Amino acid sequence: MRKFLGFCAVVGGGFCAAVLAQDAKKEIQRYQQMIAEGSPVELFELQGEELWKKPQGPNKVSLEKCDLGLGAGVVKGAYARLPRYFKDADRVMDLETRLLHCMVTLQGRKREETAARVFGSADRPSEMESLSAYIAAQSRGMKMAPGLSHPKEKEAYAMGRALYFHRAGAWDFSCASCHGEEGKRIRMQDLPVLYKPEHARPVVSTWPAYRVSTSQIVTLQWRMNNCYQQMRMPEPDFGSDTTVALILFLTATGKDAPYRGPGTKR
Amino acid sequence: MKARVFYSLAFIASAAFAQDVTKVLQRDFHARGQATMDRVVQDGVQRVCTESRDRPPAELAKSLEADQMKTIAYPSGSLMGDWKRGESIAQNGRGLQWTDKPGAAAGGSCYNCHQLSPQEASFGTLGPSLRQFGKLRGNGQEIQRYVYGKIYNAKAYNLCSQMPRLGLSGTLTEEQIKDLVALLLDPDSPVNR
Ligand code: HEC
Ligand code: HEC
Repeated sequence: MRKFLGFCAVVGGGFCAAVLAQDAKKEIQRYQQMIAEGSPVELFELQGEELWKKPQGPNKVSLEKCDLGLGAGVVKGAYARLPRYFKDADRVMDLETRLLHCMVTLQGRKREETAARVFGSADRPSEMESLSAYIAAQSRGMKMAPGLSHPKEKEAYAMGRALYFHRAGAWDFSCASCHGEEGKRIRMQDLPVLYKPEHARPVVSTWPAYRVSTSQIVTLQWRMNNCYQQMRMPEPDFGSDTTVALILFLTATGKDAPYRGPGTKR
Repeated sequence: MKARVFYSLAFIASAAFAQDVTKVLQRDFHARGQATMDRVVQDGVQRVCTESRDRPPAELAKSLEADQMKTIAYPSGSLMGDWKRGESIAQNGRGLQWTDKPGAAAGGSCYNCHQLSPQEASFGTLGPSLRQFGKLRGNGQEIQRYVYGKIYNAKAYNLCSQMPRLGLSGTLTEEQIKDLVALLLDPDSPVNR
């Protein structure tokens, strides 16, 4: 019990209060098992499931009617088919962009407010991170198969590829500056060459992931944001065409890998 | 001949695309902290390297490298600073990011990409090892000028180098670059021991 409360301090009070209000004993057993297995990912999945089912926003509805691409409310296998084109929004969306879209259109929440805190911290995980962990986990074992046939999907893929090799910013970097040659490292961190399928597969099949160094779930939108920060560029908008195009390009390059995340990262 | 024609057509096509990409970046990014929006606009070097996938036509590369060479402002007097200060500048990976405090001293991120002192085991490999650099290459005036210039503007020597232009971009000061020259060339520096 003490151990669990200790973990609560790390993960964040709101969630733990909710868990405690449920069946505390069962959760503690689950938690102990997770620690034994070495990753708290499942806790975030549980929190995400709770958020998915929780009525929120001015419309007081849950996200359960959100269409992630396979029909309203279908969660199983949805992540493996993203990013993809959505007719109702007339654009290509990845998981996080779609979730934000549903928060706005279904729950009636304001886009700016909802997007204000999409990247959390160890003591305050974000809604987006837990939701991503939950939804992605429902695609375990399924092959990654993003949309690549609609003209807008093709356009986004081409844009993602162009962005990958586009040099700009105060330090002249492109993604390929760091992810361009095999066997290279920054300090001790290996750098995957993400335009090669054999490098992209293990990456796209394990994100989102639990980041051990910061004790939080990190998402691909966060990863794009962080790499652009290292590139000394201005900040990309969350869910922008740029970030979605890159995520589509990476996922398409790693397609056919069975999803086995949420994974664990340094 | 055929290959050449094909190459230049591809070059033109990707040139048009790079302009589209810039427009997309201008729409999709916002300034944050010191990372302002002017940074998404490519200069000539970035444009040519993007368009040619870092393999610029030789003639063009030569003339653009010559232009870059003209940007290097050499200080008067000795180019050798203090290798001890140089070591901490090489260790420091901060500078010019939106999370960095504007005006705070930046680092060179050298260990992100290079091996230098033997004491530091956590080094990257994007660039060649600089271990024993001064021992192998000497430490006279000419090599001092080369190292100073390379750090100030790596693109003057290799147009599409992945190494940032650390002086020209305003990341490192003249004094800091001199300290790094000493780190690489001073016989007492751990790099040369
Ligand atoms: C200045 C260097 C640098 C640049 C440029 C860069 N990255 Fe990264 N990237 C890294 C580092 C370092 C890591 C590993 C971080 C870690 O291990 O915590 C990484 C990790 C990643 C990962 C996760 C890999 C994995 O193993 O799960 C992805 C995906 C990624 N980068 C994509 C990109 C994209 C797309 C771009 C361009 C928009 C880019 N990166 C530009 C340094 C860079
Ligand atoms: C993001 C990667 C990166 C960073 C950061 C970086 N370099 Fe480099 N550096 C390279 C690469 C790649 C090369 C080889 C290609 C070239 O010569 O341009 C190189 C080449 C060099 C050379 C020429 C080596 C030779 O044999 O002539 C020197 C000297 C050098 N770097 C010093 C430094 C110093 C000092 C710093 C820090 C202030 C630094 N570099 C930071 C990537 C980097």
